[in-house]
Amino acid sequence: MMIETTASGTLFLFLVMGLVTLVTRFGGVFLMSLVPINPRIESFINAMASSVLIAIVVPQAFAGDWGARAALLVTAALMLATHKPLPSIAAGILAAALVRFLF
Amino acid sequence: MDNPESSYQLQPQRVAAEFLRLLPISLFVVAFGVAFGLAAVPTGLAPVEATLMSLLVFAGASQFAALDMWGQQVSLVPLMAVVFAINSRHILMGASLYPVFRRLSPVRRYGLLLVLTDANWAIAAQDYQNGRHNLEVILGGGLALVLAWLTGTAIGAWFGQLLTDPAALGLDMVLGCFLLAMALGGRRNPRILVAWSVAAIVTMMAYWWLPPHMHVVAGALAGGVVGFFWLDKPAR
Repeated sequence: MMIETTASGTLFLFLVMGLVTLVTRFGGVFLMSLVPINPRIESFINAMASSVLIAIVVPQAFAGDWGARAALLVTAALMLATHKPLPSIAAGILAAALVRFLF
Repeated sequence: MDNPESSYQLQPQRVAAEFLRLLPISLFVVAFGVAFGLAAVPTGLAPVEATLMSLLVFAGASQFAALDMWGQQVSLVPLMAVVFAINSRHILMGASLYPVFRRLSPVRRYGLLLVLTDANWAIAAQDYQNGRHNLEVILGGGLALVLAWLTGTAIGAWFGQLLTDPAALGLDMVLGCFLLAMALGGRRNPRILVAWSVAAIVTMMAYWWLPPHMHVVAGALAGGVVGFFWLDKPAR
């Protein structure tokens, strides 16, 4: 189905996008309210939680440019050495900018 | 340490503190928003429309993807599918914090979920791994992030040419670096390292071989399955 991007059509599309996104924001908590929580389920969601982070970051390292790789490498190294998130992130971003400027 | 079974009392001063704590990262989100506003205008969206989209959707990656599909006409079902696929990570994020969210009344629970996004979730999830329940960061941090996203979109859409190439400044890596820092700041043990390795491998297989935008959910679920079969010794 094609929607014309008139003023009302655009608003309709935004509302649909918003609604779909809302379903994803509400869905996890709603579904879990139907599942009895036991140590196994808790272990599942704990392992899944940090795996979300890995699943977002890993393709950036593989499919990204050397700037992206430098950013992640610098952030990881500083984070492991210092445990200070903000300086690590800032250094990572700087590394990406630097690599892209130089190469 | 509060009782994990009792009802959760949101503390206004902690909400305010978490709002302030996420302001630095929100500055980067403003830059992201500028990039989105900048990209929206050439597709035919008016600045006020771009800002309205950011308000109603508040999910950057899916909004960028929607721009790729924008034109005189937009096909509805593919748009819905792409938005759902990209944002389906929220389902897992919400689920991972369910033991904390269930301590709120349903109205507050779903009210807070309106502003659930990567950055405030990552902090709440890290706190949860360390045995701390922190919903104030979802609310306070979420409000900071929404405001930043709207401000950035509006600036980019109306005053476009300020920032023509965010990637040259490394700004496309803000979220990746932030999430990586959050992951490495959490608890690490052999179990979680195996879960991450499995997640990473499945993510890349899904990235290369499955339809687009499915890799995050596939990888995260695979990591979760490791947790399902390999129980941690009770640490809390």
